[in-house]
Amino acid sequence: MTASSASTSETGTASAPPAVLEVRDLSVHFRQGRGHPPLRAVDGVSFAVRAGETVGLVGESGSGKSTIGRAVLGLNPVTEGRISFAGDDITRAAPRVRRRLSSRLQVVFQDPYSSLNPARTIGQTLAEPLLVHEKSGRAETAERVAAMLRRVGMPADAADRYPGQFSGGQRQRIAIARALMLSPQLVICDEPVSALDLSIQAQVMNLLAELQDELALSYLFIAHDLPVVRHLSHRVLVLYRGQVLESGDAGAVYDRPAHPYTQALLAAAPEPDPAAQRARRASRAAAKAEPGPPSPTGCVFAHRCPQVADRCRTERPELRVLAPEPAPRAVACHLVDELP
Amino acid sequence: MGMDNAKKTRQGLARRVLRRPAAVIAVAWLVLLVAATTAAPLFTSYGALEQDLGNVLEGPSADHLLGTDVLGRDLLSRLLFGGRSTLVAVAEALAVFLVIGVTLGLLAGYRGGWVDWLVTRGADLMFALPGIVIVLVVLSVFPGNLHAAMITFGILGAPGLIRILRAQTLTIREELFVAAAKVAGLTHGQILRRHVLPRMASIIIVQGALFAAIVVTIQAGLGFLGLGAQPPEPSWGGLVADASQSIDRAPWMLVPAGVPMVLTVVALGLLGDAIRDAAIENWAVSRSSSAQPGGRPAERIPAQRAAADDAVAAPAPDALLSVRDLTIEIGGLRVVDGVSLDVAPGETVGLVGESGCGKSVTSLGILGLIPGGGRITGGRVVFDGVDVAGAPEAMARIRGTGIAYVSQEPMVALDPTYAVGRQLAEAVRTHRRCDRKGAHARALELLDLVHIPDPAAVARRYLHQLSGGMAQRVAIALALAGEPRLLIADEPTTALDVTVQAEILGLLREIQERTGMAVLLVTHDWGVVADLCRRAVVMYAGQVVEQADVDGMFAHPLHPYTGGLMAANPHHAVHGEALPTIPGTVPAPYEWPSGCRFAARCDRATEECAAAPVPLSLPVPGRSTRCIHVGSLLQEGGLR
Amino acid sequence: MAILRLVVRRLLSSLPLLFIVSAFTFVLVSLVPGDPARTIVGQHATEEQYENVRAQLGLDESLPVQYWNWLEGVVRGDLGASLFSGEPVTAMLNNRLPVSLSLIIAATVVSGIAGVALGVLSARRGGALVRTVDVLALLGLAVPAFWLALVLIAFFAVQFRWLPVTGYVPLGEDPVEWARSLVLPVVSMSLSAVAIIAKQTRDSVLDTMTKDFIRVMEANGFRDRSILYRHILRNAALPVVTVLGVVMVSLLAGTVFVETVFAMPGLGGVTQQATVQHDIPVIQGAVLYITVVVVVVNLLVDLAYGRLDPRVRA
Repeated sequence: MTASSASTSETGTASAPPAVLEVRDLSVHFRQGRGHPPLRAVDGVSFAVRAGETVGLVGESGSGKSTIGRAVLGLNPVTEGRISFAGDDITRAAPRVRRRLSSRLQVVFQDPYSSLNPARTIGQTLAEPLLVHEKSGRAETAERVAAMLRRVGMPADAADRYPGQFSGGQRQRIAIARALMLSPQLVICDEPVSALDLSIQAQVMNLLAELQDELALSYLFIAHDLPVVRHLSHRVLVLYRGQVLESGDAGAVYDRPAHPYTQALLAAAPEPDPAAQRARRASRAAAKAEPGPPSPTGCVFAHRCPQVADRCRTERPELRVLAPEPAPRAVACHLVDELP
Repeated sequence: MGMDNAKKTRQGLARRVLRRPAAVIAVAWLVLLVAATTAAPLFTSYGALEQDLGNVLEGPSADHLLGTDVLGRDLLSRLLFGGRSTLVAVAEALAVFLVIGVTLGLLAGYRGGWVDWLVTRGADLMFALPGIVIVLVVLSVFPGNLHAAMITFGILGAPGLIRILRAQTLTIREELFVAAAKVAGLTHGQILRRHVLPRMASIIIVQGALFAAIVVTIQAGLGFLGLGAQPPEPSWGGLVADASQSIDRAPWMLVPAGVPMVLTVVALGLLGDAIRDAAIENWAVSRSSSAQPGGRPAERIPAQRAAADDAVAAPAPDALLSVRDLTIEIGGLRVVDGVSLDVAPGETVGLVGESGCGKSVTSLGILGLIPGGGRITGGRVVFDGVDVAGAPEAMARIRGTGIAYVSQEPMVALDPTYAVGRQLAEAVRTHRRCDRKGAHARALELLDLVHIPDPAAVARRYLHQLSGGMAQRVAIALALAGEPRLLIADEPTTALDVTVQAEILGLLREIQERTGMAVLLVTHDWGVVADLCRRAVVMYAGQVVEQADVDGMFAHPLHPYTGGLMAANPHHAVHGEALPTIPGTVPAPYEWPSGCRFAARCDRATEECAAAPVPLSLPVPGRSTRCIHVGSLLQEGGLR
Repeated sequence: MAILRLVVRRLLSSLPLLFIVSAFTFVLVSLVPGDPARTIVGQHATEEQYENVRAQLGLDESLPVQYWNWLEGVVRGDLGASLFSGEPVTAMLNNRLPVSLSLIIAATVVSGIAGVALGVLSARRGGALVRTVDVLALLGLAVPAFWLALVLIAFFAVQFRWLPVTGYVPLGEDPVEWARSLVLPVVSMSLSAVAIIAKQTRDSVLDTMTKDFIRVMEANGFRDRSILYRHILRNAALPVVTVLGVVMVSLLAGTVFVETVFAMPGLGGVTQQATVQHDIPVIQGAVLYITVVVVVVNLLVDLAYGRLDPRVRA
C-alpha cells in the first residue's frame, strides 16, 4: 500500500496498470443568471485513479473539489472533457449505463444526517442498492445487510432502527456500509469525516483504510483538511477556483509544497503544538486578506499570491511536471523554479 | 420488506391520529355526517320538499328536531338531503385539486428546469386571482351548473398545493440520500416512490382536509347567493338564504342552517391539525426515544463536586471571570455539571471538547443565555467580583460592556435586514452616550479596527453582500463596540476556510495585544488552541476533566481523554499506520454513569474508576485533572 | 430610483395576468349558449332588427376581432353597457369601486392591527394565548363571512338595533353613518383575516426569536425593546406581508358575499347580480376591475417587501 506502486505518468501509459477512473480536461460550468459569465466551477482538470489507490482532492470552498466528485457520479452535467471508468467513457452515460455502473462506483457523502432517509430503516437503506442489481430473497438480503453492518462495526440489529437513533459517526459507518453493499471498485469519499468529532474522525479514517486494504478499493478522497487527506491519500491534487495548482505524491506535496498556494494553505493550518505553531506564525508570509477579483486571463491565484510577478496577472501558467519523484510532481506556477 | 414497513408506518400514523380525542370527535362527526346524508330517509321521516303550512317557522320540537322553515318544511330533512350536494361538491373539487396539485407539484419540484418555470409561473398567476370571482364567471356561462363550478374551484385551488409540494420536493431532491439513491442506480420512479412520496403523504392529506373545508363553505356560499341548487331543492347555502329571509321573525333558523356547516369545517380542520401533529410526532418520538432510552431523571445523578476542594470552590480573587460549580439543566436534563474555570484579565483560555461535551452551553450559561429553555441550577459566575449567575439584571448590564460574544456561523450572526453600519451604530449607542453621527463615526472606526478595507463602503452593505470572512470581522467589530473586557468566541473560525481562519485568529491576537481584552475561546481544534491560547480547559460529558497551561498540556496531558484526543489528530499521524483512536462515543447526558464518565472508553480504566464520582485533583501547581490514575500518568511523564 | 424601476418592472410583469384573465373571460363568455343580441331584441323582433343589434354589438365579427375591439374599448374606458339597465359599465363600476375599497381597506387595517398585535402577544407570552390563536384560526376557517354576517345582523341590528341592518352611506354624505354602515360588514369579513394574520405573525415571530443573530444581539447587550421592535419584528414581518397580500385578495373575493348580505352597491355585489342575470358586459368589466385591484395589491406587497428586505432590492 505504498505510493510507489502508483508510479509513472499521469496520462497512464500502456505499461501502467489501467486506471479505474480517468478524468481528462474536465470542465463544469454553471450558469449564473443573466448578465453574469458562467461560473467555472471546474476548469480543465485531469487525473487518474488506479486500482487500490487513493487520490486526494484538496481545496477550500469554491475550489470545485466536490463538483468533480459529483461529475464523476453523474450528479452534475459535464461541460467539457472526458471521464472514463475502467476504460469505458461515462462522461454522459445514459441512465441505463449509470444503473449498471452503480455496482462498481459508489459514494460516501459528508453530511451523515442528510445522506440517510430519516423515514426508512437502516435495513431498507442498505438493501436499496440490491434492488437494482441482484434480486435476492428476503432472508439473503437481511443476511447480507447484517454482515455488512458488522463489517463496519455496527450491531446487526441496527437494521431495524431508524437513522434518528444513531450518532453522526455511526451514521457515517452506515453510509459506508451502503456504499460497499455491491463490492464497488471505486468509492468517491466527499468530505467523509469533516462533520465528525476528532475521536470519531480517527475511527472512521481507520475503517476506510482497513476496508481499502481488505477489498482492494480505490478512493477518490475529497476534503478541505490537509492532514486528513495527507494521511489517507497516495497522491493529492491541490485545487483552487476549479484548477489544479499542484499535484504529486501526498507526502512530498505536504512536506515540500512547491506552489505558493499550497504553501499558504499549509502555513495557514495551525499546528497542534504550541512551540511549533509559534515558530510557524513568525515565519509565515500570509496570503493577502480580502483580495480583489482574480485576473481573468492570468493565474487564478495571482491576486492573493505573495510572490506574484507581472506575467502571473496576464498569462495562465500550465501544469508542468517537475523532476520525477516517486510520483510525478506537477505545478502550475510561472515562478516554480525561482521559489524556495 | 419495503412494502411491509411502509404499510406499518402508515397504519402507525392512523393510530397516532386516532389517539387524539379531538381527532376522534372530528372523525366521528364526519362519519355520522356522511352516513346521515347518504342514508337520509333512515334518519328523518319527512321529505325535503314536504310542506306543512300549519307549522311554519317553528322552533325545535319532538316532531321537528330542528324546527321548520317558512313553508313548514322540516329543517332536519332539508339539512340531510341538502348535505348530499355538499358531499358531491367536495368530492369533485377535491379530486381535481389533488390530481392537478400532486402531479404538477411533484413534477415541477423533481424535474426542475423549464417544466418548473412553467408550472411555477402558471401557479403564481392563478394564485393571485380571487377564485370565487372566476367561479362566478363560469356560473354565468353555465347557469346553475355546480359541477362546472366545483371543477373550476378545484383547478383554482390547486396552485396552493402545487407550491407547497414543489417546495418540499425541491428540498428532498437536494437531500444527499436522494443523490445516494441515484448513485445506487434507482430509477426516478423508484426514487419518487421510496423517498419523495412517503414524505409528502401527510402534507397532501392535511392540505386536502383544509381544501375540503374551504369547499364546504364556498359551496354553501354559492347556494346562499342563489347560484347553486335551485329552490325548492335543498342545499346548505339555500338554508342560510331562507334563514336570512326570516331573520326578523325566526332568527333560530340561522342555527340549523349554519352550525352543522361550521362543525363540519371545524372537524376537517381538527383532523388536518391532528394529522400534521401526528406526523411531526413520528419524528419527535423517534428522536427523543433515541435520545432517552429509559430516560433517567437528572435528580438521580449526584452533583460531582470537587470533593473537599475548598480552594477550587472559592472564586479566584485576581480573575476577571471566575466560574464555580456551574450546573445547567435543559429540559430537566443536566448538561453542564459543576464546571469551574477562571479567566484572568487579558488572558486567552481555550474551552476544548467534542460536540455534546457542554462547552457551548457553558459559554452561553456564563452570559445567562441558555438555549432550549434551559436554566442555571447551581454554581456561581463571578465577573469582576460580582456574582451574576442568579442576577439577571446584573448579567444584562455586563453583556456587551463586560463580556461580549462572537458566534460560530458569521453568515447568520447579523440581522440581514439592516446595513452593517447601522447595526454597528446601534451597538455603539447601546453602550455609550452619543448622537447618531458620533455612533456612525465610531462604527467606521470599529470596521477599521478589524481591518475591513474601505469601512465607509462596507458600512452601507448588507449581510448577503459580505463573504464569510468579512462577516466574521464585522461580527467581531460588533462585539468590540462595548469595549468588553472579555470576549467569548464560540468556534469563531470553524465555518471558515483555513486561510481565512488564520486571518481571523491573527486579528483576535492583535486586538488582544492592543486592548488587553481577555478571550474565552470555545473550540474543538487543537491547532487553534495551540495558536491562540495560554491555558486550556478540557470538557467531557458536561464536566471539566483537565485544566492546564497550553505548553504543559500539549507536552504531558494528565487526563487519558486529553491525551487520546490529541493522539487522534491526523496532524501527527504516520502515513500507512492506523490512527490512535478512542473507542466508542461521547455518552449523552442521560447515559452519564455515576463514576468516571470516560471510564467506558479508557484503556486505563479499573474497577475503581466506575465505583464513585472522580473529583478534580491538583497534582501539579496550576494544573488539575479528573483522573484517579494521575499518579501513574505523572510518572510516565504524560501519555504520549 | 430603484423603487421606480421596481414599480415599472412589476407593473409590466403583471400585464400577462390582466391579459390572461380578460382573454379567459372572453373565451368563456363566447361559449354562452344563447345570444345576447337575441335577448336584447326579444322574441318578436324581425331578422333584420336582430342582425342590426348583432352588428351593433360587434357579434358578427370573429372572436379575436371581438376581443381586440373590447381591448380597444378598455383603453378608451369603454366597457360597453349593461344588458339590463343599459347603463355604461365603466360608470356603473366606477360608482361601485369606492364601496368595495372602503370595505377592503377598513377590513385590512382592522385585521392587520388586531392580527399582528395578537400574534406578537401570543408569541411573547406563550401559554393560553398560543392556544387562543389556534382556536381563532380554526374558527376563521370554519365560520363563513356570510353566515357570521347574518348572525351579527340578528343580534346587533334586529335584536338590539344598534347598527343599520343593511345599506351603505357614502363617506361624503355622512361620515358617521358611513362608519356605522361599515361596522358589521367589516367585522364579519375580518374574522378569518385576523385569524390568518395572527397565526402567521405568531409563527414567524417565534421562528425569528430562535435565530442566531438575535442571540448574538442579546449576548452583546442590545436592549430588549430594540431587539423586539427593530430586529425580531422586522424580520418576522416578511412572511406576514406576503400573507397580508393574500388576505387582501381574499377579502376582495369576500365582498361578493358580504355586499350581497348587506345589500351594498359594491363590486362584489354587482358581480353576483350580473352572474344571476347573465349580464355579460358587466361581468367582464367587473372581472377586469377586480384583477386590477389584485395587481395593485400585489404591487404594494412587493414594495413593502423591497423596503423590508435588502436582498429583494438588489
